Amino acid sequence: MAKIQGAIVVETDRCKGCELCMYACPQNVIAMSDEVNSITRNYAYMAHPEACTGCTNCATICPDGYISVYRVKVEE
Amino acid sequence: MDPKDIIKPENLVYRKSRLMSDNTFNFCPGCGHGLVVRTIAEVIEEMGIEHDVIGISPVGCSVFLYDFYKFDVVEAAHGRACAVATGIKRVQPDKFVFTYQGDGDLAAIGTGETMHACNRGENIVIVFINNGIYGMTGGQMAPTTLEGMKTTTCPRGRDVKTMGYPLNITPLLAQLDGVCYVTRHSVHTPANVRKLKKALRTAFENQRDKKGTSIVEVVSNCNSGWGMSPKAANEWMVENMFKKYPLGDIKVDGKLVMDMNAPR
Repeated sequence: MAKIQGAIVVETDRCKGCELCMYACPQNVIAMSDEVNSITRNYAYMAHPEACTGCTNCATICPDGYISVYRVKVEE
Repeated sequence: MDPKDIIKPENLVYRKSRLMSDNTFNFCPGCGHGLVVRTIAEVIEEMGIEHDVIGISPVGCSVFLYDFYKFDVVEAAHGRACAVATGIKRVQPDKFVFTYQGDGDLAAIGTGETMHACNRGENIVIVFINNGIYGMTGGQMAPTTLEGMKTTTCPRGRDVKTMGYPLNITPLLAQLDGVCYVTRHSVHTPANVRKLKKALRTAFENQRDKKGTSIVEVVSNCNSGWGMSPKAANEWMVENMFKKYPLGDIKVDGKLVMDMNAPR
């Protein structure tokens, strides 16, 4: 059965750390970093990349549009 | 599969609209304004009208709109966006003209301009962000502030006896004959953002078909003004704002679809 695998790219230097993407993710892929970026915010990153389905919810809800989403179909 | 193998240009399914500039938004973290600004750009990109669109941004948090878009945006005086839009649309009737106004702009200082532009049935799109507060100037009371809601100018909560009732302006505008389409949306979940996108597309298509004024209200959060985290502000909005400002279509194709006498 084919499986959908996704990945996101966050502009970590500009992420304002509002955490909306973290709560919008149905697979709990996204977490906030312990480190801060150049604007002293904890940025979003993929904590569990294997669970990402590329549903684009996080990118849709990001107020600043700092998330890009990629998706592939993996044949097993 | 390693994320590095997935992150390739041919697998891209979502990116920021190419009509957005690289400037950082001046909005606070988690603000609904950014989503609405981005969604407008996505709709314009999808319709392929970026060379024919003129935005109008008056005063408020919307003021720096020209910094974020790659298409033309005109700055208007506080509250006068609909008046400026009228002028531009009448001189260049083939262009797509939209205004982007907050509640302090559309529902307070610009009520007269908005009412009369709608009454004339000017063929424009009005995007109205309602967050119940004057966000840019530091969280003062707006006409749309809810009863009992605390702001910097009503620290004990809005008292309707002395400060008046919250102004629910879009149903008022919907009763004017020149208005074709009135709808109310929100941007607190991805599903709501997608609904807003469809509504904005309908509004721009109405303008293309010369049907009259289209108004899209967005009930949004102002987490800085309300003194909450973005998530808590969204939850508070669902609990309190949606009671007074219920989501859904109010007028479609010139016909009222919302029950005006329903208790709110």
